[in-house]
Amino acid sequence: MNKHVSPRLNRRAFVIGTATLGAGLAIGLDLPFGPTVVRAADGSPEIGAWVVVRPDDTVVIRIARSEMGQGSLTGLAQLVAEELECDWTKVTTEYPTPGQSVARKRVWGDFSTGGSRGIRSSQDYVRKGGATARVMLIQAAADGWKVPASECTAANSVITHTPSGKTTTYGKVAEAAAKLTPPADVKLKDPKDWQLIGKGVKRLDTVDKTTGAMIYGADVKLPGMLNAAIKDCPVFGGKLKSLDEAKIAGMKGVKKVVKIGDTAVAVVADTWWHAKTALEALPIVWDEGDNAKVSSESIAKWLAEGLDDKQPAYVGNKNGDAKAAIAGAAKKVEAVYSYPYQNHATMEPMNATALYTADKCEVWCGTQNGEAAFAAVLEASGLPPEKCDVHKVMLGGGFGRRGQTDYVRQAVLIAKEMPGTPVKLLWSREEDMAHGRYHPITQCKMTGAFDANNNLVALHYRLSGQSILFSLRPEALQNGMDPAAFQGVAQSGEAAFGYSVPNLLVEHAMRNPHVPPGFWRGVNVNHNAIYMECFMDELAQAAGQDPLEFRRKLMGNHPKHLAVLNAVAEKIGWTTPAPQGIYRGIAQVMGYGSYVAGAAEISVTDGSKIKVHRIVASTDPGYVVNPAQVERQVAGSFVYGLSALFYGGCTVKDGKIEQTNFDTYNSMRINEMPKVETVMVPSGGFWGGVGEPTIGVAAPAVLNAYFAATGKRIRSVPLRDQNITFA
Amino acid sequence: MANLTINGKNLTLDVEPDTPLLWAIRENAGLTGTKYGCGIAQCGACTVHVDGVAMRSCGVSVSEAAGKKITTIEGLGSGDTLHKVQEAWVAQDVPQCGYCQSGMIMAVAALLSEKPKPTDADIDEAITNICRCGTFQQVREAIHTIASA
Repeated sequence: MNKHVSPRLNRRAFVIGTATLGAGLAIGLDLPFGPTVVRAADGSPEIGAWVVVRPDDTVVIRIARSEMGQGSLTGLAQLVAEELECDWTKVTTEYPTPGQSVARKRVWGDFSTGGSRGIRSSQDYVRKGGATARVMLIQAAADGWKVPASECTAANSVITHTPSGKTTTYGKVAEAAAKLTPPADVKLKDPKDWQLIGKGVKRLDTVDKTTGAMIYGADVKLPGMLNAAIKDCPVFGGKLKSLDEAKIAGMKGVKKVVKIGDTAVAVVADTWWHAKTALEALPIVWDEGDNAKVSSESIAKWLAEGLDDKQPAYVGNKNGDAKAAIAGAAKKVEAVYSYPYQNHATMEPMNATALYTADKCEVWCGTQNGEAAFAAVLEASGLPPEKCDVHKVMLGGGFGRRGQTDYVRQAVLIAKEMPGTPVKLLWSREEDMAHGRYHPITQCKMTGAFDANNNLVALHYRLSGQSILFSLRPEALQNGMDPAAFQGVAQSGEAAFGYSVPNLLVEHAMRNPHVPPGFWRGVNVNHNAIYMECFMDELAQAAGQDPLEFRRKLMGNHPKHLAVLNAVAEKIGWTTPAPQGIYRGIAQVMGYGSYVAGAAEISVTDGSKIKVHRIVASTDPGYVVNPAQVERQVAGSFVYGLSALFYGGCTVKDGKIEQTNFDTYNSMRINEMPKVETVMVPSGGFWGGVGEPTIGVAAPAVLNAYFAATGKRIRSVPLRDQNITFA
Repeated sequence: MANLTINGKNLTLDVEPDTPLLWAIRENAGLTGTKYGCGIAQCGACTVHVDGVAMRSCGVSVSEAAGKKITTIEGLGSGDTLHKVQEAWVAQDVPQCGYCQSGMIMAVAALLSEKPKPTDADIDEAITNICRCGTFQQVREAIHTIASA
């Protein structure tokens, strides 16, 4: 079975690694013994940084990005193996640590696993990693046979000298190959020659997930380890005022009470249950500060003011003169929509295990960004890079939440108070709900204008609300503007608007409440797609046209957007009548470099009970690496998106998030979810993401179907607030 | 101290009687395949069998579980042989992140021992576990595959 473990480089590799940072003495000691071979933990040689070949022909492929269920681990291995020409049944994977990567001049590149980038932004160099190793292995075999490498070929981990018919295997020539200088440039296969890319091979990490053997962050065990439970001030920006430690001093298993910065307190105990029980008994007084005055109502009022044209706003997309065209139009349609905060609610709450000593700090955790976690360890521990590392384990869900490193920092700060003792910090579900990095809150006012012949002549899209980048990546703002706020309605790029409107104005009045925003699966595509695609339906209705036909007329210059829309329309049978009592909705959007569309068939009872009977989704991600995993990501994105639509929504009262657990922040169950029929239409020539884009069309497809069924527009989320639920 | 029978083994654990079974299993018996998701019996990630019945172990106390036969995901198969549900999960690549799947598999195993050929309605009624990755489609298909074998 394929095991997924973190590699540890041996001493020799470490010497080489640190040498690249300028330790000249170390490399001087190492060189006289001949060419340097970097070895994996078991002594097997590296053939370039991405591939290790063992004597038994097992190929270990290094994966820098994180696996959190989305399947990238398997897809990335397929990309390497395609070029390596190795035996797929003998492929296993391992994570290099961020510390090793930094020590080797970031040889494995970016570790960040978000924005549906896992495959699309590393496909080029990981394929080259595979091709480089293949060329070196072939060269080593050719050298051994004293024949030109050009006379040799490789397939399935076997190298053949064609003229003589001699063969050898990767495992036999790996040592010799590892001593060769990697070729400066390698040619990648033409996509038409791919054999493994595009195949729905089984995931490499399934077995342990069915036996309980897979280790997630919450499962990490270290000798002598203690456990910590934490409470951070429930009002964001508030502080810890005082606590009465004496009250829990005698409680079973309690070892220490630790203050973290000036906002949080943790109880460390022998077991987590003891830590949590004591933490709940600990009297804590918070200084909640001014943010305690903030509520959902006050935020909504502030955002609504941003919809007013007189307020300043950033322009994200513009052509013609929308305001003038609207002023002189024959007919106007206007609507205001809103979208709430959402918690990621990963099944596994945030956690990290840290071991701190005076000269070393190590962390074990699930993270979507190993290097960001590493940076958090450096900062919190105060130790230099060569004395820190992060060991990545499986994530019990990420969805963007584990790209942040707040929980890593906390674990290190707690461990720092107990040098030499490993401490596992695990958040309760309640803490996880209270301290998310929430899907940003927005409102949107849209105005569409028609000429006398019902042609759409102008569209004004005015967004008001929170910027994620303002809070998390202010360096990415452009003169104050958050370019990501326009995902799905942007002029060009990986999330481009799919309609041509003669006069268009898309703008964002930025309003940043105190609730911290985060990248939540689909990010700004979620609300932008709901706003735009539901309003498209409103415009079609106003023009007296079929929603699909109305869209098609505006999409002539956007053939890839149109192609996926047509694909779902055909599959769901848009032009044929739906069965009795069944109503359809449709939507399309572009995000993360992929073109996607969705259609839903629903029935509605008493105006308030929705049954979703059928979902069709299509995606054009350019290339499909593993169709079985793409199908799962598309279906899963609908579960996540529809859970948010029906049950989600985090509200603010007295500055705090009101929802505390799955009883107040529910998630769809199997009985509520129909089969998702996925239509993949990869058109080639570009690499788009998969994990996120289709979530954008989930909610608008269902909301548009709800209008078709009831004649009633829903313009705010979640549906539970409007007493609408699943049948 | 409490005596618990977990996966056929009689264990004497240093744990208070009011501790949720989930934490006795994870921290005292050291079996981490059973997961913590919510602590209020909503999500099902901690589902185990107590005398053959699927139960959310975060909502069962150690004292309630004493004297009963507890089976966790680690004890579902026999030795190195996977249980038919685990086999189907592997064959059909059901898990995504996998965190909820121990509980999902335990819930499905209990359903199938009661109803070897469940209808979609039976599945809808019995399987109420949360899966944030959204593996429901594969879960349903795998159950039907087992039932039709």
